[in-house]
Amino acid sequence: MKRYDAIVVGAGHNGLVAAAYMARAGLEVLVLERRHLIGGAAVSEELFPGFTYSTCSYVCSLLRPEIMRGLDLPRHGLQVIPYEGSLNVLTDGDFLASYSNHDRMRRELMRHSRRDAEAYDRYALEILRQCKFIRPMLLQTPPDPTSLRPKDLMDLVKFAKPFSELGEKRLYETMRFWTMSIGDFLDEYFETDVIKGHLAGSSIIGTALGPYSPGTAYVLLHHYMGEVDGSIGAWGYARGGMGSISNALASAAQETGRCEIRCNAEVTDIIVKNGRVKGVALADGSEFLAETVVSNLDFRRTITKLKWTEALDDELVRKGENFKIRGSSGKLNIALDGLPNFKGVAVKNNPAISGDIHYSPSLAYIERAYDDWKYGHWSKKPYLDIVIPSLMDPTMAPEGKHFMSVFVQYVPPTLHDGPWTPEKRDAFGETVISLIEDMAPGFRNLILHKQVRSPWEIENEVGLTEGNIFQGELTLDQLLFNRPVPGLAQYRGPKKGFYMCGSSMHPGGGVMGAPGYNAVREILKDLHRGAPS
Amino acid sequence: MSASGSDRFDVAIVGAGHNGLVAAACLGRAGLRTIVLEAADAVGGAARGYEFHPGFKASGCAQILSLLRPEIVDALRLGDHGLRYAASDLATLALRGDGKYLSLNDPEAMAQESPADAANLPDFNRRMIRYANALAPSLLRAPPRMDFADRDNLWELARFGLRLRMLGRRDMRELLRIIGMNAYDLVTDEFESETVKASIALDAVMGNFMGPRSPNSVYSYLYRMAGEIDGNRGALGLPVGGIAAVMGALEAAARNAGAEIRTGATVARILIEDERAVGVVLDDGTEIASRIVVSNVDPKTSLLGLLGTEHLDTEFVRRTRHFRDRGTTAKLHLALDVLPDSLRNLPKQGQARFLLTPDLLGIERAFDACKYKTVPASLPMEIVIPTLADPSLAPEGKHVLSANVQYVPYALAEGNWDGARAKLREQLIASIDAQLPGIKDRVIGAELLTPPDIEAKFRLGGGHWHQGEISLDQIWTLRPVPGFAQYRMPVSGFYLCGAGTHPGGGITGAPGWNAAQIAIADLKSERPQ
Repeated sequence: MKRYDAIVVGAGHNGLVAAAYMARAGLEVLVLERRHLIGGAAVSEELFPGFTYSTCSYVCSLLRPEIMRGLDLPRHGLQVIPYEGSLNVLTDGDFLASYSNHDRMRRELMRHSRRDAEAYDRYALEILRQCKFIRPMLLQTPPDPTSLRPKDLMDLVKFAKPFSELGEKRLYETMRFWTMSIGDFLDEYFETDVIKGHLAGSSIIGTALGPYSPGTAYVLLHHYMGEVDGSIGAWGYARGGMGSISNALASAAQETGRCEIRCNAEVTDIIVKNGRVKGVALADGSEFLAETVVSNLDFRRTITKLKWTEALDDELVRKGENFKIRGSSGKLNIALDGLPNFKGVAVKNNPAISGDIHYSPSLAYIERAYDDWKYGHWSKKPYLDIVIPSLMDPTMAPEGKHFMSVFVQYVPPTLHDGPWTPEKRDAFGETVISLIEDMAPGFRNLILHKQVRSPWEIENEVGLTEGNIFQGELTLDQLLFNRPVPGLAQYRGPKKGFYMCGSSMHPGGGVMGAPGYNAVREILKDLHRGAPS
Repeated sequence: MSASGSDRFDVAIVGAGHNGLVAAACLGRAGLRTIVLEAADAVGGAARGYEFHPGFKASGCAQILSLLRPEIVDALRLGDHGLRYAASDLATLALRGDGKYLSLNDPEAMAQESPADAANLPDFNRRMIRYANALAPSLLRAPPRMDFADRDNLWELARFGLRLRMLGRRDMRELLRIIGMNAYDLVTDEFESETVKASIALDAVMGNFMGPRSPNSVYSYLYRMAGEIDGNRGALGLPVGGIAAVMGALEAAARNAGAEIRTGATVARILIEDERAVGVVLDDGTEIASRIVVSNVDPKTSLLGLLGTEHLDTEFVRRTRHFRDRGTTAKLHLALDVLPDSLRNLPKQGQARFLLTPDLLGIERAFDACKYKTVPASLPMEIVIPTLADPSLAPEGKHVLSANVQYVPYALAEGNWDGARAKLREQLIASIDAQLPGIKDRVIGAELLTPPDIEAKFRLGGGHWHQGEISLDQIWTLRPVPGFAQYRMPVSGFYLCGAGTHPGGGITGAPGWNAAQIAIADLKSERPQ
């Protein structure tokens, strides 16, 4: 039997990042993926002839530029097409468009409120400051604030340094920003509902919190800290769908000649001897041996669903069960016969339509959508984030036709009257489609094919517990040194030789690659192999 | 007009709430000539004593004493000035309809409810009290500034970190994890009994605009667990004579320390000269000159009203305006002519508080209703009957029932409180009657104070328990306004000492104490002059 230096469980984008960096460092790596295709939640699938679906994740911004450059992903086929605007469409014919062109954006804001247009520049500056502050932390291992070892204390000081360099006033702003609700934050700047609704979206996407729940301002930041081509906060489409990112990562890993990727290979057991991992066993009974095993699965799944041949201690299992990983999102993927006409919105030469199209009339609207979720209902009036990538990327659909991705917040993992059924899923899909019909009359008649996914499908197909897109809530109790749980935040798992590289780890979810990269840094440190490069 | 000479006080304190009185006592003891000006005809602020029905006494919004810092009790010798407890270790009884209840302090009853919870609850309480006490020492210190260039601040921050580390590694990790959490998650992780979960969650959200699912509600819980009575940590007590008697003890301590206290004296504005606070003007035009002014009034009223925005920069004004201080907790007082039978059979009856609460999701639903400015169908309450422990609060044989009612919106989406108050009062009485049968027929007088009523009656802007939300973005070095958490306001010689400053509300005395220490240091070093 061939021996490997390292085995990666799960070929999500972080698993692939980890595999690529380990292979580049000279390790023989095996990646084992349960599904028939790699990519986890970053996949492209042809679910209807001629259409490419970005089945789960649908836009790209957060992928760390260091990884993009380090693995030379453009050479492996990755092209990110930035989009230059977004929309918040109302059902009464009005809308808010936003543009990356500052003057155009200002004119549009002025149309709604002169005061808000003035406030917007202050707001954008503050968000940019917070982004710039957090970005260097993304590729760092969180320090352990409870350790008194000199090395850890040094790490803590190093980690705290940017805080001290912020200066007193900015530090207060950061402390507030990390602990307050996006609703309170936006209320301090703006007066117009449609503007606040538009801006709040990013703070609740994938999150089981309402816009007035403390902690949501940070989640907004989490969506803004990315970039496309050096433009901070910008978003774009991966040409060929999100699977192109996974394919480029796999190509970068395999180019080394030291990385093997196997699909249809579900890892069920972690083999441990005398407190040290020795390898893994698959569902079909076959075993693969390696001294290093890296899990790309979410923390709860890693701890509670994998069988450990030497039992984990009860307290850790309890922590795994209590890890907050809540399903709160659904997704519709739709093949369209033509472009829908959103009420009042010009289609030609309008960059706003090429980006996110929200349905998010006000903060109160989103808050009520959240309230439904708390009691086990999908939002009767949900928040929508729609994109039509085929507008910018002709490879996604046949000419004149379009692929539309509809992200829906809030959708519970189980319903108040029991688990999801196909009937309930279809009823949920209908809720969303009739809302889009209100935004764009005639939309329904354009539908050629649709795929509706509740958290149940996301969990069962992709493997994300409860269908949580971030592999765990991004709340203060699960950020930085608390992610996934205190004491395990440094990518090392509960047994020697075991590591975790998924989004359950710092800095969290989104197609970022940072957890995968950070995990390899710790692995190579333990193997005395220098830094990842 | 220039204030000068021997007429001049060292310190004028606006408002004789408990923090104003604590500050007065501290300043007086430091040898500073201090005057306290109180608009009402008695001291005590929102814990002021009065008869809500002839012969039946209430202590404003306050009903339980727990958080008053023991250091202050000792330093001001409040025992000598009359502080006594009629009950000093209240049990928590969760009502479950028709006179039945679960005592969270009774191991046997808890074991019947849930063996797992019975085993975990004492341990949980010990842990929470331990965490609360790791934070407690910072209650009596001014928050450090986030200025790392300043060695004193850096040292203060290091001290804070060290104190957390003294908990031990395991506890420190757990505290850092749960401090930003929501109560719903914490109780769901820890307990299985719906009654136990709801009872703890209610304590976490009480007084704040938060549901059990709101992050930061665990901090609010820890804050409320930081109290102690005679060394018994986390204990809840009923003082003899009600909380109003504690106000009396503080008043005596202040007067004993040489402070002058004038009631019926409404401060209209702060006197500013050369960009410094130099005294106050009463509503009758009387000017009282002082070297500094310390305000016990809530931050918005103090800064935007009494001081005036013309003396402040726009950024500071904007921040102050956005200080969240809308109260969501109402107060109900009932006068009972006879104790109903359902209350006669309770063991240790004088030594208990009752929690009347729906289940965890029910509390969240009540919060949702309040969020949209409507009255919830079911309102959670914390109820005490202080006359069981201290009969002096009502005519002989009669009783007072006092309740904190959570999730009463400050403003209503439709109509106003004048039209809705009586209806809510009847709803609450019916709801209590369903739990403690017989109450309804025994009510001979009732008073319901909604948040706007509390605002008007006690001159407490927003009508909020804590003069402003206790949430991570409004505590410690961020309270009330970032950069101004050290009690000194932007106008020289003007200080805040109320619950709107660190560490917050409840009868702690801490803001008054801390503000006084800062003011004393400044006056001795002539800093603001």
